[in-house]
Amino acid sequence: MKRSRLGRIWPNATAIVLFIGFVFPVYWMFNTALKPTGDILSEDPVWFPSSLTFEHFETAVNADNFWTLVRNSLTVTLLAVGLSLLVALGASFAIARMRFKGRRGVILVFMIAQMAPWEVMVIAIYMLVRDADMLNSLVPLTLFYTVMVLPLTILTLRNYIAAVPKELEESAMVDGCSRVQAFRKVIFPLLAPGLMATSLFGFITAWNEFPMVLILNKQDQAQTLPVWLYSFQSNFGNDWGATMAAASLFALPILILFLFLQRRAVGGLTSGAVKG
Amino acid sequence: MSVQTERAKTAPGTAVRKSGGPPKGGPHAKRKGASGSLLPYVLLLPALATTLVFLGWPMVKNATLSLQNVNRRQLIRRLTEWTGFDNYEATLKSEEFWRVVGRSIVFTGVNVILIMGISTLVGLLLARLGKKMRLTLQIGLVLAWAMPIIAATTVYQWLFAQRFGVVNWVLDKLGWHSMADYNWIGSQFSAFFVITLLIVWQSIPFVALSLYAATTTIPNELYEAASLDGAGAWKSFTTVTFPFIKPFLFATTFLEVIWVFKALPQIFALSEGGPDRLTETLPVYAFVEGVGNQHYGMGAAISLLTILVLLGLTSYYLRIVLKQERDEL
Repeated sequence: MKRSRLGRIWPNATAIVLFIGFVFPVYWMFNTALKPTGDILSEDPVWFPSSLTFEHFETAVNADNFWTLVRNSLTVTLLAVGLSLLVALGASFAIARMRFKGRRGVILVFMIAQMAPWEVMVIAIYMLVRDADMLNSLVPLTLFYTVMVLPLTILTLRNYIAAVPKELEESAMVDGCSRVQAFRKVIFPLLAPGLMATSLFGFITAWNEFPMVLILNKQDQAQTLPVWLYSFQSNFGNDWGATMAAASLFALPILILFLFLQRRAVGGLTSGAVKG
Repeated sequence: MSVQTERAKTAPGTAVRKSGGPPKGGPHAKRKGASGSLLPYVLLLPALATTLVFLGWPMVKNATLSLQNVNRRQLIRRLTEWTGFDNYEATLKSEEFWRVVGRSIVFTGVNVILIMGISTLVGLLLARLGKKMRLTLQIGLVLAWAMPIIAATTVYQWLFAQRFGVVNWVLDKLGWHSMADYNWIGSQFSAFFVITLLIVWQSIPFVALSLYAATTTIPNELYEAASLDGAGAWKSFTTVTFPFIKPFLFATTFLEVIWVFKALPQIFALSEGGPDRLTETLPVYAFVEGVGNQHYGMGAAISLLTILVLLGLTSYYLRIVLKQERDEL
């Protein structure tokens, strides 16, 4: 098919406009975080800062409790992802490889659990946690985040396990492996990309979670980074440099993880998803 | 949330096809069958138990809470006052509630239409681009996708800031001088505009990238055959591309409905439901009534009604999923 010159130009032009549209907010966050206050509060925006400064990052890092909250966020997120992987491994293996009564029901339970509107249930969760005298603790957060990411973890892992040819496992068993050994030595190593994709999305969900921690942990020391970032702006007024530095610090781990794992993860989540 | 989704919908088929069929012979075939009777349940127990406790229990608590009168006083003294369906009656009779319902549905509809429409175009554009340009756009999409919600919300507040915000500066330079000091969260429409822009910006990358991935699985011969038959670009889209991506679009639309409908952090952090509570959608309304105004029982009743509205909006999709599951498993 021959395409006119115009036909070759417009897709690229549109792509450039779209690229700018999607990247600009991210760029502007880093741009503002790194340029001197004089450039931020100028009548004409400074698109490309002439000098860089880390002063805003210092303000953000030295804000009250920052490092405590970093630790809180990391603890809650990593524990939730780890726990859900542990619990999901057995369940997804059962669903992917075994036939048993009630299998369909189990899959449905996880599919519906995956759509659970947690945002709407925070009031009930607040009452439960309060009745257990566990407000301002990281334990309920960890447990609820675990269950929040569990259904997706199970359903995604199930697909990765199902994708490992059954013959590999069977031949290992013919060679004298027990079923557990076959799983550990044959399936598990092949699951690495699956585990990475699953943990990536679990990590993002837990790292991002906002309404629950907002209502459960009101104490400064017990919060996580989303609440910190949310209240940062009101505490620091119109210090946009510091606010953007805070946002950058919060976003950076995810941006890095995503750029590294995205190809594999998106491939894993989408290829084959639509073929069926 | 938006990611999980259509994977789950189409996956069961593949999983079953692989594990199904008559058991293959071999030395262990018999023993496996016997031990298989209990093993799957043991493997599933931890997952099912935790889900039941930490998801099922709050659900039940939500239902019982909605039948109680729990305000500040009852909360502090830990009193239980059963009030029957009073909370529901009060909610369903209030004009405010129905206004919020209508607003939530319109808000969800507008967002989902924009997301699906633009994503489809972006996905098809990706398929048409050259290698370098495609990679560039993909990186841009991934960056927007990866931005954590609260970080993105903060950035949008800065972009649309009344003083020194870039958007107002650009509009002023374009000749729209009344926008030079415009307060975007000062009116219902403009606040919704910013929230919608934020949500659409965040949602497009997943849909567009997945859609592009889907188009790459379409066999090239189909396009060749179409062009041999004299089909133009539009014709080959409607006869080849669209039928291929239709199931994906269908599933994703409903998942976006769920995702947009329950979007709370974006609205809450951007406008806190203001001005004058005019940008409250149902989840925000429940949150503000329950937690903010400390009418916990009332908030629980609104939550439950919210879940019912959500079920109503997605019932068609859920029914198809259930049916598919029944057929395939």
